[in-house]
Amino acid sequence: MTDAQASTSLLDEAATPASVFKTRLKALRRGDSGMLPIILGLVLLGAFFQIRSSTFLSAGNLTNLCIQSTVFILLGMAEIWLLLLGDIDLSVGWVAAVGAAIGSILLDTTFNWPWWAALLLAIVATTLIGTVQGLITIALNVPSFIVTLGGSLFWEGVAIYMIDSQNAGGAIPVREKVLYGIVNINMSPTATWIFSLAVAGGMSLLIFQKDRARRSSGLDSVTIYETFLKIASLVGLTVVLVLIFNTNRGTFTVLEGMPYAVPLIVVILGVYSFILTRTKPGRYLYAIGGNIEAARRSGVNVNRYRLLAFALTGFTSGVAGLVYASELGGISDGIAGGTLVLYAVAAAVIGGTSLWGGRGRMIHALVGGLVIATIYNGMALIQLNQSVELMATGAVLVVAIAIDSIARRGAAKLGG
Amino acid sequence: MTVAPESSSPLDPKIEIEVKGDSGAGSSDVPLLSLRALTKHFGPVEALRHCNLDIPAGKVTALIGDNGAGKSTLIKTISGIYPPSSGEIFWEGKPVHIHSPRESDALGITTVYQDLALCDNLDIVQNMYLGHEATKFGLLDEIEMELETKNLLRDLSVSTVQSVRQLVGSLSGGQRQAIAVARAVMRDTKLVIMDEPTAALGVSQTNLVLSLIQKLASRGIAVLVISHNLTDVFAVADRVAVLYLGNLISSGPVSEYDTASAVDLITTGTTSRDRAAVAAAS
Repeated sequence: MTDAQASTSLLDEAATPASVFKTRLKALRRGDSGMLPIILGLVLLGAFFQIRSSTFLSAGNLTNLCIQSTVFILLGMAEIWLLLLGDIDLSVGWVAAVGAAIGSILLDTTFNWPWWAALLLAIVATTLIGTVQGLITIALNVPSFIVTLGGSLFWEGVAIYMIDSQNAGGAIPVREKVLYGIVNINMSPTATWIFSLAVAGGMSLLIFQKDRARRSSGLDSVTIYETFLKIASLVGLTVVLVLIFNTNRGTFTVLEGMPYAVPLIVVILGVYSFILTRTKPGRYLYAIGGNIEAARRSGVNVNRYRLLAFALTGFTSGVAGLVYASELGGISDGIAGGTLVLYAVAAAVIGGTSLWGGRGRMIHALVGGLVIATIYNGMALIQLNQSVELMATGAVLVVAIAIDSIARRGAAKLGG
Repeated sequence: MTVAPESSSPLDPKIEIEVKGDSGAGSSDVPLLSLRALTKHFGPVEALRHCNLDIPAGKVTALIGDNGAGKSTLIKTISGIYPPSSGEIFWEGKPVHIHSPRESDALGITTVYQDLALCDNLDIVQNMYLGHEATKFGLLDEIEMELETKNLLRDLSVSTVQSVRQLVGSLSGGQRQAIAVARAVMRDTKLVIMDEPTAALGVSQTNLVLSLIQKLASRGIAVLVISHNLTDVFAVADRVAVLYLGNLISSGPVSEYDTASAVDLITTGTTSRDRAAVAAAS
């Protein structure tokens, strides 16, 4: 577009519904709202599996699906910290395994540590691992790809060594209540309601205040109806989820309520998203991913924030490892850490985070993780082989990359 | 050399004392930035040799010279990317040492680079405030930043952007330059350094940037522009400085130069045209 065309400026013009719609459409083509296609894909996948197996949309299976997705979501979030910078961490799977091993071993009968100390040490250790890998990457100015590839092999060795050194036959069971309970114990239905409504209420308040502040300062913004529509869909979704979680899904005993892993994901997702969108460090991570030189020359301490991202990747990997140990009921030297990292990157990219840095959101890991878990879960339900599951996940990943690429080309075209 | 440098011998220590004396007296004639005998070498290569230059506030100073004359080295030294090998820099009459971009930034120097200035994945507001975000209770104050950006762009008559929440990656070259310059104004900058601001721009976009440069100067900001384009230089500059093979061979009011003498100086380091005569003719 030429300057002359563009100079019919919107700077002062009041936002008409048509112009708002137009900008939204443009944003969509730029890939800003890139989650729409993948959410559509998720719905289609769900519909497909429901047609093939009537149990797919049952409360029991949906809760199960949520649990299966937690590890993918957490590892995806771990990966997004670095993907935003245009970096990548290939070691998250084995770093998670190290965290899981430390937690499980310290809680087992030999050491019998208090739960909080064991979990804390596990997470501190993985955070340090991430920090060290970051230090090496930054200090030597080498690609994170190589450093974390080395890290992946190294921590694989460390995890297997730790597990085998316990002489427990290559597997450490998790019997301790807190760690075991993250995935396997449910909140009471009342607590589920209270937590969910509190979160939905808090988010609604944030949305409402943000939109109201924009309206009152005279900036073009959404109408009050749009605000209420957003809040209504949020509350609606929350209620549906709570009803699903609170349905009795037990056959012999009563089994109801939300597994603790779900609020864990919600809290971490909320905090991470908040850091990325509302704080300076978050802004700087995007800036570094977009143009590291521009960020540096704007006075951003680039290395400090890169290191922060590495540390947060390590931290999140540790949490993921503990949740994984909880889900499996233990940790063995046969853990597939190498596959986990691929799912981590896949979850982030399927959700819409760019591999080229500078574009992505934490919620992408949630959506991507749910897609992977849906394929995994659904394929098992309709009794397809794991081979098909792998092929399907791979195909979805490539389709997601294709969408990302088309979105970027769209952005370039609009820029011309 | 028939054209004498504006100041006397670069090695004359009296110059420095004089400058310091000026600042002590609080004289308004003190240039915002003075370089004295500034030298920079990379190993055996002398990129800058005893350069003397005064950059006054509220004026556009054009730095011209052939490729490899040392223009980029000079601005990178001022903006803290290269530490000078020897020589002194005076900021508002006081000697300063600029070791990093952060330090030049703290003084009030902003450098607008051709390609490195902006993050394509951030919108205009986010780019305008990058590194200097407005916060409220420690959190980003988006509304404040968006309002200020709009006001500033309106003040500077940058009216060609559709929305300040547009991603910078979707802007045209001229718009990007305009945003990069506006960014400098937003930060209470005292000196804006621009490297080839009109290179690769179309006619209307060049005019946009040139008028923006003049707006900056009228706000009392010193502007140092590197340009190959002498038409642009004579259109906006108040003062001209010529670099030739690392030597700052000539500087003075733009009225003392014309295209012919500027071309002579850039290509050969000397000119037979008399400055007084040029000034009288213009």
